[in-house]
Amino acid sequence: MIKLFRPAFALLIALTVLTGLIYPLAMTGIAGVLFPKQAEGSLIVRDGKVIGSELIGQNFTSDRYFHGRPSATTGTDPADPSKTVPQPYNAANSMGSNLGPTNKALIDRVKGDVDKLKGENPGVPVPLDLVTTTASGLDPDISPAAAYFQVPRVAKARNLPEQDVKKLVDSHIETRLFGLIGEPHINVLALNLDLDGAALR
Amino acid sequence: MTLAGWAQIALFCAVVVALVKPLGWYMNRVFAGERTLLSPAVRPIEVALYKIAGVNERSEQDWLTYTVSMLMFHVGGFLIFYIVLRTQGWLPFNPQGMTAVAPDLSFNTAVSFITNTNWQNYGGETTLSYLSQMLGLTHQNFLSAATGIVVAIALIRGFTRASTRNIGNFWVDITRCALYILLPICIVYTLFLVWDGTPQTLGAYVDATTLEGGKQTIAVGPVASQVAIKMLGTNGGGFFNANAAHPFENPTAFSNFVQMVSIFALGAALTNVFGRMAGNQKQGWAILWVMGVLFVAGVAVCYWAESAGITGLNELGLTGGNMEGKEVRFGIAASSLFAVVTTAASCGAVNAMHDSFTALGGMIPMINMQLGEIIIGGVGAGLYGMLIFIVIAIFVAGLMVGRTPEYVGKKIEAKEVKMAMLAILVLPLMYLGFTAVASVLPSAVASIANPGPHGFSEMLYLFTSSTANNGSAFGGITGNTPFYNVTGAIAMFVGRFFMIIPALAIAGSMAEKKIVPPSVGTFPTTGTLFVGLVVGVIVIVGGLTFFPALALGPIVEHISMTRNMLF
Repeated sequence: MIKLFRPAFALLIALTVLTGLIYPLAMTGIAGVLFPKQAEGSLIVRDGKVIGSELIGQNFTSDRYFHGRPSATTGTDPADPSKTVPQPYNAANSMGSNLGPTNKALIDRVKGDVDKLKGENPGVPVPLDLVTTTASGLDPDISPAAAYFQVPRVAKARNLPEQDVKKLVDSHIETRLFGLIGEPHINVLALNLDLDGAALR
Repeated sequence: MTLAGWAQIALFCAVVVALVKPLGWYMNRVFAGERTLLSPAVRPIEVALYKIAGVNERSEQDWLTYTVSMLMFHVGGFLIFYIVLRTQGWLPFNPQGMTAVAPDLSFNTAVSFITNTNWQNYGGETTLSYLSQMLGLTHQNFLSAATGIVVAIALIRGFTRASTRNIGNFWVDITRCALYILLPICIVYTLFLVWDGTPQTLGAYVDATTLEGGKQTIAVGPVASQVAIKMLGTNGGGFFNANAAHPFENPTAFSNFVQMVSIFALGAALTNVFGRMAGNQKQGWAILWVMGVLFVAGVAVCYWAESAGITGLNELGLTGGNMEGKEVRFGIAASSLFAVVTTAASCGAVNAMHDSFTALGGMIPMINMQLGEIIIGGVGAGLYGMLIFIVIAIFVAGLMVGRTPEYVGKKIEAKEVKMAMLAILVLPLMYLGFTAVASVLPSAVASIANPGPHGFSEMLYLFTSSTANNGSAFGGITGNTPFYNVTGAIAMFVGRFFMIIPALAIAGSMAEKKIVPPSVGTFPTTGTLFVGLVVGVIVIVGGLTFFPALALGPIVEHISMTRNMLF
C-alpha cells in the first residue's frame, strides 16, 4: 500500500499538469497562431465594433430581416436579478426547451406560432424548423424552405422585388458536405448582413 | 427517413469499421510496450515520468495491487477536482469572475468526472472558470478515459495469459495510454476543431451589438481542447450547457461527423486489440458484430421514430419529423445517429435535446444505457462490460451442452460467473431502485419538467445515465438539487467501480488458469452462432430487467402521443 503512494501522488500531479495545463495552454497558443479568427469565436467586426459571431444565431424580430428559429434560452431579468426571464439567443446561457412530445405546453406554443405564420404567408406550408426551438437556443441556421417562406415579408418591408430577395437566398444555401453529410441550410446572420449590404448598393 | 440520411449512417459505420484494424494494431503495440512511430518524441517524457514517480516499468502487479493503484489514483483525482471547483474564485484564468461551486454540486461534478460520466448539473458557461474547465474537466477527461482503457487491457491480459498472477502495471499502462494514444490524437483533433470554428482562447466573453441593436454576450473559452478529449475519451461533459448542440462545440455537419466517429473509434478498435492479444483477430470481429447488430437496430428505430415526428405537431400540418430541440445543420438523421452513438458508447455528449425526442426515439438511448453500454461502450468500459456479458453467454451455452464452458482457451468457472453476475445485477439495482425512491418523494418529483409519463422517463433517464456513466440527460429535469446531486453521485460511483472491480477480479482469476487446447467439443466463439447467442443473452437479461420500467415511461407515452393525449 505505502509503496503505491509515491507513484500515485507523483504521476497524478505530473499528468494533471500535462493534460490540465500544458495541453490546453499550448493548444491555445498554437491555435491562436494558426487560426486566429476561429480561435476567438469567428467574430464579425464592423467599424471596430463586434456585431456577433458567424456561428451564433441572433434574435431577429424586425420584418426587414429574416428570422431565425425560436430559441428557449433565458437570462436574468434586468428589472429583478433574482428572476430569470425568456431571453432568446442568449449566447451566455445555451439551452433547449426540453419540452416532451406529450407536453401541452409544446403543442400550444407551436400552434400559436403556426397560426401567426399562416397569417403572414397564407397558402404556403409552414416550415417545421421555424416553429420548433433549437437545441442550443443559438442555432445560426434555418432551412432553405424557412428562408423562402419569409421572402415575401422581407421584400415587402424593404420595398425590393421578391425575385431579388429570392436570388440572395439562393446564393446563401450551403449544401451537404460531399453531397452526403448534414442538411442544406442558410446562415441567417450572413444572409441579413448581405441584405443590408444590398440595400446600401 | 431519407436516402441521404441512411447514406450518412452507412458512411459512418464504414469509417468506424475502417479504423478498427489500424487503431487496434497501434494500441496493441503501445500496451505491449513496443516501439511506435511516436516513440522518439514521447519516450523521453515517459521515462522522465517513471523516474519522478519511482516506477519500474518492467515490474508487474497482481489484480489486487492493480485495483488498489487505480483506486488511489481516483481518490487523488477526485480531491484535485473538488478543490479546484471549490476555490475557482481565487484562482487564475477566471475572466468572468465565477465564484466557488456549491459543495453538493462540486461533489456531484467531481464524482461524475472521475467516473467518466460527466453528468451536467453544472451549466458550463454560467458556472465554471476556464481553470476549472482545464484543470478539472479536461484533465479528468483524460484520466478517466485512460482508466477505462487500461482496465480493459488488464482484463484482456487476464483472458490471454496463463499461469501467472500478473495482469500488467497500472502506472505504466495509464502513462502510456495518455502519452501515446490520447494526447497525440487530441492535439491534431483540437486543431481540426478550431479550423472548423470551435474557439480556443483565454479571453473574456465577448459583448456584441447585434444587427437589430440588441446586446449579446457571447461565451467563449478554451473550448476545442476540452471537446476533443470529451469525445475521444467518451466523457461527454460539455464546455457549454447545450453541449455538442452548441454551435461553438460542434460548428458544422463535418465536425459533427468527426465527433461521432471519434466517440466510437477507440472503443471499436479495442475489440481488435482483444483479438490480436488472444492470437485470433476473428475473436475481436465476433465481438464487434454483436455490438454492430444491436447498434444498427437502435439507429433504425430511433431514426424512424424521429422522422415520424410528434403526432400533436403533425396534426397542425407540419411535415418532416421532429425538429424540436434539434439543430438545422445536423437535421434529423445526424441527430438521431448522434443520440444512439453517444448512449451506445458511454459518451453522453448530445447534439440534440433528448428530452424533446419522441417517446420511442428517446427510449432507444435509455435502452442502450440500460444494457450497460456494451455497444462499443465507453473507451475500455464497453469492452469489459461486453466481456462480462460474454462470460454469462458462454456459461449459458455450457449449461445447454452440459460441459464446462471455455472462452479463448480458458475455463469459465463459478468464480467468474459470480463476479459477472454481481456486475450485471448491481446496475439495475441502482437505476431502478433510485427511480422508485424518486417517484414517491415529493421533493424529487418537483424537479420534473414535463408532466405525465414523460416526467417518469426524466427520472428513469437520470438514474440510468448516472449508473451507466453516460452523462446525457432528459435535460428538463432540475438535477441540481441536494437529493439528485447525492443520489446521482452514488449511482455513478457504484455504476463505475462495481463494474471495474469485478472485471479486474475476473482478470486476476483468469490469468492464473492454464490454457485448455481447443478440441472438437469446444464451442467456437468466432461464428454467427456465437454472435446470435450473445445478442440473445444481452436482450433477454436486459429486457427482463428494465422492460417494466420502460412500459411505465416511454411506451405508455408513445401510446398517449399517438392518441393525442396531452399532459
